[in-house]
Amino acid sequence: MNIVVLVKQVPDTATERKLSAADSTLDRASADGVINELDEYAIEEGLRLKEAHGGEVTILTMGPDQASDSIRKALSMGADKAVHLVDDALHGSDAVQTSYALAQVLKKIGFDLAVLGSESTDARTGVLAAALAERLGVPQLSLASKVEIDGSTVRIQRITDYGYDRVEGSLPAVLSVVEKINEPRYPSFKGIMAAKKKPVEKLSLADAGIDPALVGLAGATTQVVDFADAPPREAGTVVKDEGDGGAKLAEFLAAKKFV
Amino acid sequence: MGVRPLLPTSEAGELLELTAEIGAGELAPRAAAAEAEGAFPREVFRTLGRAGLLGLPYPEQHGGAGQPYTVYLRVLEELAAHWLAVALGVSVHTLTCYPLAAHGTPDQRERWLGEMLGGELLGAYALSEPQAGSDAAALSTRAAPEGEGYAITGAKAWITHGGVADYYTLFARTGGPDSRGRGISCFHLPAPVPGLTAAAPERKMGMSSSPTCQLALEAVPAGADQRVGAEGEGFAIAMAALDAGRLGIAACSVGLARAALDLAVDYAGTRTQFGRPVAAFQGVSFLLADMATQVEAARALYLEAARTKDAGLPYTRQAAMAKLFASDTAMRVTTDAVQVLGGYGYTADFPAERYMREAKVLQIVEGTNQIQRLVIGRELCGAP
Repeated sequence: MNIVVLVKQVPDTATERKLSAADSTLDRASADGVINELDEYAIEEGLRLKEAHGGEVTILTMGPDQASDSIRKALSMGADKAVHLVDDALHGSDAVQTSYALAQVLKKIGFDLAVLGSESTDARTGVLAAALAERLGVPQLSLASKVEIDGSTVRIQRITDYGYDRVEGSLPAVLSVVEKINEPRYPSFKGIMAAKKKPVEKLSLADAGIDPALVGLAGATTQVVDFADAPPREAGTVVKDEGDGGAKLAEFLAAKKFV
Repeated sequence: MGVRPLLPTSEAGELLELTAEIGAGELAPRAAAAEAEGAFPREVFRTLGRAGLLGLPYPEQHGGAGQPYTVYLRVLEELAAHWLAVALGVSVHTLTCYPLAAHGTPDQRERWLGEMLGGELLGAYALSEPQAGSDAAALSTRAAPEGEGYAITGAKAWITHGGVADYYTLFARTGGPDSRGRGISCFHLPAPVPGLTAAAPERKMGMSSSPTCQLALEAVPAGADQRVGAEGEGFAIAMAALDAGRLGIAACSVGLARAALDLAVDYAGTRTQFGRPVAAFQGVSFLLADMATQVEAARALYLEAARTKDAGLPYTRQAAMAKLFASDTAMRVTTDAVQVLGGYGYTADFPAERYMREAKVLQIVEGTNQIQRLVIGRELCGAP
């Protein structure tokens, strides 16, 4: 089975993240780039499906040169090879454009199953799986907490507020997974060594057959018109118990609509 | 204090980053609770094994990672900074692989070494006995001829991973009762084996997550093909393994001391008294300065010993010095960390008191620090 895991490099959530003042896009220089944490579950699931059904796992990343660190890490976890879509013209692409660019690459390299995390921890639009499925004309199996593959049928448990739905579709398909699905492995030292020798194919827009007019900040379908730093946390409310502490607490919670 | 090490290769840097990631993700969050409950973290060792951290200094052809001691010890230090008991467990496990790796026959290595170094199995090192601790050559567990092989009877003491180990690297007497170091042989005993039982773990001052047990051996069968090295060669093997093991204790000591130092620096920077952080008072900052200096000196000493070993030169003296200095440093630094934290340091709400309890064992294991001085003195002045 030809499994492609889509991996995004994002600024480390443990550090302070900023947008750049110049063009309101992510300031990548201000924070360490790491694999989007939610994509680690997608990598793990891709590896497990390969271990169970055979085939090969390809990492697909769109991002600047420094995203190669995240690609290397994904390869050290056990993926077989990687495709890196890297082109200055992609800078500032929004979710709609990104889905176009990645769909073009997926058409070019081919796939039986494209696996994604549920969202990225930076942009958090969470729409990529749906947009890719639509553009590629294949079933979307989203927010999976469990995946089974039987021949050319994919069955998942899709998490919901009330429990889960059982959803099935046929390959090729786009699959997004949630954190519940597995426990991502650490790379092994041997994996780190082996990753240095694994092939990473770099694609430009032209290589991937991507129309430059359809990507990049200038033509983005959405615009960040303004942004501000998150306000500092306000001091908490201290409820002093003078015999009526319980009632005050209840009032506070009711006012905040917690009860 | 984040130490950016001077490492021999870029792969060593990546190995250390991996270790730090696993340490922060898997060791540190579990340590306090597991130590309080006395719960042995077998799964953590599996994680380390799968990551390839349980056979680092052994050749790749046997399933190890072919890393020099300078790198392996840095990994141990990193692990110990997150959880001492696990780092010591890795050190002990690595020690148990030494006899087979260095003295096993090709057939023995083929049979056992791969999964020992590959991290599937966890080992225990059974040398000490109730009446033969510092004087290991006095051990009395007897491997008597039995058919084609041996029947081993006796008692072992202070066995790390006793009862939970997948195999025992065990030393027993094959010579006469007075044969001392000349009459000891080394055996590889995969567990479970009939006749070998582990007593209830010792109730220790610290390191409660790591079981330390007495073993009772009652006519435990061992084939001739389970003897590692020649008959009578066991004591020399045990002593050579201990030289390397002492370096492991030194590295673990530095890791623990580093954790205590980091905690103390962090606390001193945030705890305010008389209107400023206590770190702004020289009474505290001088204490921190001495702690940091000792930690770095101890690291320098174990790394120098490791370079000597990696160069294939005799390093018994340097190993003993590193173990002595680093474990004394760990004791001092953890004690001072409790002092820096004041009353909070004495409570179990902060790890300082646990670090202090854990440090004590480092002055005792793999040769007490008195034995280290004996070894150093002997190296300086010749055998008495």
